[in-house]
Amino acid sequence: MDNKVVNVTFAGLGGQGVLKVSDILADAAFLAGLDVKKSEVHGMSQRGGSVCSEVRYGAEVFSPMVPTGSSDFLVVLEETQVVVNDHKLAPTGVLLTVNDIDMDKLSNKKSMNVALLGFLSSYLDIPEECWTKALKNNLPEKIQEVNFEAFKYGASLKK
Amino acid sequence: MDKRLFLSGNEAVAIAAKDAGVSLGVGYPGTPSTEILENFAEFGGRAQWAPNEKVALEVAIGAAFCKSRVISTMKHVGLNVAADPLYTVAYSGTPGGLVCVVADDPGMASSQNEQDTRRHAVAAGVPVLEPSDSQEAYDFTIKAIELAEKFNTLVILRVTTRICHSKCIVERAEKVSTEPVKEFIKDIKNRVMIPAYARMAHRKMRQRLADIQAINEESDFNKIIKGANDELGIICSGISYVHCRDAAPEANILKIGLTYPLPIEKMRKFAESVKRCVVVEEGDPHLYEACKVNNINVEGKDEMYRFGELDVNRVKRILAKDTTPEEPPKPGKPPQLCVGCPHRISYEILRDLDCIVSGDIGCYTLGVLPPFQAIDAVVCMGASIGMGLGMRASLPESDARRVVSVIGDSTFMHTGLNGITEMVYNRPETGHLVIILDNATTAMTGLQEHPGTGRKLDYTTANKIKIEDSVKGLGVDHCDVVDPLKDKDGLKALIEKRLASNDLSVIVVRRPCILALAKDKKMAEKNA
Ligand SMILES: Cc1ncc(C[n+]2csc(CCOP(=O)(O)OP(=O)(O)O)c2C)c(N)n1
Ligand code: SF4
Repeated sequence: MDNKVVNVTFAGLGGQGVLKVSDILADAAFLAGLDVKKSEVHGMSQRGGSVCSEVRYGAEVFSPMVPTGSSDFLVVLEETQVVVNDHKLAPTGVLLTVNDIDMDKLSNKKSMNVALLGFLSSYLDIPEECWTKALKNNLPEKIQEVNFEAFKYGASLKK
Repeated sequence: MDKRLFLSGNEAVAIAAKDAGVSLGVGYPGTPSTEILENFAEFGGRAQWAPNEKVALEVAIGAAFCKSRVISTMKHVGLNVAADPLYTVAYSGTPGGLVCVVADDPGMASSQNEQDTRRHAVAAGVPVLEPSDSQEAYDFTIKAIELAEKFNTLVILRVTTRICHSKCIVERAEKVSTEPVKEFIKDIKNRVMIPAYARMAHRKMRQRLADIQAINEESDFNKIIKGANDELGIICSGISYVHCRDAAPEANILKIGLTYPLPIEKMRKFAESVKRCVVVEEGDPHLYEACKVNNINVEGKDEMYRFGELDVNRVKRILAKDTTPEEPPKPGKPPQLCVGCPHRISYEILRDLDCIVSGDIGCYTLGVLPPFQAIDAVVCMGASIGMGLGMRASLPESDARRVVSVIGDSTFMHTGLNGITEMVYNRPETGHLVIILDNATTAMTGLQEHPGTGRKLDYTTANKIKIEDSVKGLGVDHCDVVDPLKDKDGLKALIEKRLASNDLSVIVVRRPCILALAKDKKMAEKNA
């Protein structure tokens, strides 16, 4: 792996599982043996305000915050949050949004966040077993099966 | 033991405290510091919420006088509440490992100001360590305890929102074993700060700082990163360090970990070794001013960078002396009271009655935003009652009668009781009305217990202090308890009646926070 740090920004509203998916990505990168940092502003998210979480991984990561305009991927779970965050995207960055997901394909709509994460995974160079383990580590057993399905569905979307 | 971990700064402090054999953690919740004690409890440590930060630090001081390893945690403004014990324990010192973990909030993600704790440390005369990531949060917690024990001093571990809530990889050290306290050892001159002993203690404290400064010149708290050439040097601390590594990979960097008392000669030598030396620090110009006082030739940041957090782009701008206006952050969706939040009903009434509301801090501060706009003043925790009394004392009668103090249950336990004492003692001619919004939790900071909930930090049962008993005991004329959901009209009529009288009244508006109810349900399932 070269020295390039991969920058991913997740955005949405409180309660949508923004922090959960950023936890899973960070854990997957961690399990892959990479250096990784994750940063977010939270505290009042329980009241439905904007939430944003950033993950950076690579051989060596310094700042935990993705510099504005350098996100390689911007993953947005709620439509109104696209304009609030699009300046964070690098000129060559990829925007993935809730609109990429066909909600009818999900057996539980709450797993939309994980479906988007699956979609993101198809762009990233992280081994599958790390994703599987990270999903297991971060989700309660009861809802793992639905989320594995959602993740797989998301991963199949790449054009 | 799992050595390589992925931890937030708060988790790292908590695990380090556990690994270092800290026997007690005591604090008061406050974003971004809250999770430290919660995590410490999860890792098996003994953790307690105190009613406020002053009491928390006092409990910690008592434990440290008995030679325990102890941490006290709080957010930056909490240290103001705890300032009184801080400034004098700085004199007395303690034989224990006493560390006060203080979390600053540059940018005010969730605070009422962005004060810089390093200023308190200088004024009080206690050392400060500033970690720049979770690994250092872990390492410095252990080193802070060791430093505290070695020099008999309280040590402040200053973290910031980004350190607390960012996750990084942490390598854990070996656990140390500590011996339990055996007995009380008398040492009057170092514990009883009457003037005669405090005069000696002040001199001792200054000597202690001089000794620590001397070791800091050579200590491994500070490190130098060699740059590509001698064009640029940066002196930095805390989170700024990692931003600098990204912003200026070619620069020489002196990263300071022990930021008070400073290694002045090391800084001087570093500044002299480069053609241009810039100080990059978040918040107040603590490092920069120390350089200037000591005639060290450095550049500082423009005043515009005193506000808010730094990040990689802002550090680049500082280094480029770019003072053109910055793009304002795009406004996201602001937080709101939850749908179904019991606070909503109270604010609808206060708005409709056109009350002058002296407010306080908690979820209920959101009553200042539309559709309520029903709060007229908020300064700090507990201030609603005193400020309301000041308004009553100053306004003409017609307006004085509209003044209501509104305070939450956790805030009432924190510093509201003192306000009630003042109200009873210096009774306004028009009386006064205090509304206590009792939602049975400290909701704002993530649903912590407090002395009025009947549960301890770890959710076990505790003595429950009843708000109505305590205010009646202090001597108010009326204390009513109302469920806002069951009787909104009755609540409104009662408020009108109390405002029309010259009595001292408290109305406890009691209805649990909906998120606290959900948590209770979850805990009940877990414990079933
Ligand atoms: C001195 C100080 N300590 C801690 C905080 C953090 N803080 C803000 S509000 C609050 C308590 C809120 O609880 P409560 O009064 O019960 O209101 P609720 O949020 O439940 O509505 C705390 C701990 C602070 N702002 N100032
Ligand atoms: S968390 Fe509780 S107190 Fe805070 S807004 Fe929601 S319901 Fe109200």
